[in-house]
Amino acid sequence: MRLDVLNHGYRPGTKLLFALIRLFSGHPVPDAAKVVFYRPDFYGNRAKEFTHEAMRGPSAWSVGDRELMAAYVSKVNGTAFCIGAHTATAGQAYQDQARVAAVLADLESAPIAEPLRVTLRMLGKLTREGKVGAGDMREVLAAGVSPQQVRDALAVCAAFNTTDRLADAFGFELLSLEGFEAGAKYLLKRGYR
Amino acid sequence: MLDGDKKRAAHRALVDRVLHVEGKASAEQRARAFNNNGLSPPLDRLIDKVVDRPAQITDADLAAAKAAGCTEDQLFELVICAAVGQSARLYEAGLAALAEATAAGEAG
Repeated sequence: MRLDVLNHGYRPGTKLLFALIRLFSGHPVPDAAKVVFYRPDFYGNRAKEFTHEAMRGPSAWSVGDRELMAAYVSKVNGTAFCIGAHTATAGQAYQDQARVAAVLADLESAPIAEPLRVTLRMLGKLTREGKVGAGDMREVLAAGVSPQQVRDALAVCAAFNTTDRLADAFGFELLSLEGFEAGAKYLLKRGYR
Repeated sequence: MLDGDKKRAAHRALVDRVLHVEGKASAEQRARAFNNNGLSPPLDRLIDKVVDRPAQITDADLAAAKAAGCTEDQLFELVICAAVGQSARLYEAGLAALAEATAAGEAG
């Protein structure tokens, strides 16, 4: 990563934890996970709480749907690390990598339900343009998405518009395909806390 | 209704923390990074990229901010404040549009 403190500035106990994770998983700790361990009282602790609530808290959206939203928002932002991580996680959650790939290739022709498609379209516009209007929201609601589902989707959007920016600014190192799949397995088992 | 949304509450707690906890950068600098407004060069360029075009950030952007006197811990905080600030604006914009759409629906 571009800041030396994020590569080397951890407490001895945290360094030991990273070494153990590497030993038992066979993979280095991803930079996205390292960042939340650096001075966790400033950012990591509350970021983990928020992200976990958005991605794994109660919602009418499935975990796969929310991971797909994370991948889609990351695609709009062009953040390679998060695209890789959440493409893998959505694919495992759905047990359908092809569906995720289709959404990221062309949202409009992808084989997904209309409520999810219009929600992703709205999140894409918000992320790209920085704003959406009441008309955009009425389209989403008219497709059968509840107001609470919209709020839940906006929380996912907020979480990944934060993480994407940190990934690009700090320079998260890309993982191998195998590394992303291992990370996805962990995120589905343990979540973001 | 929004006060009952745990996700929203958790996001507010995050915003409150990065802006107000004791840090290495001043609270004033962090607020400027959060709002992407009022920072001096070259820090303003880095923070503007974090907000508007993060994929274009380069090693040189961080090196320039460090050469201008920012410590790594200060940069860690200011980049996070900028990222959280932009995500907060997006979240607010989305919720405001939803509120307008549902209010119009109820009125109609």
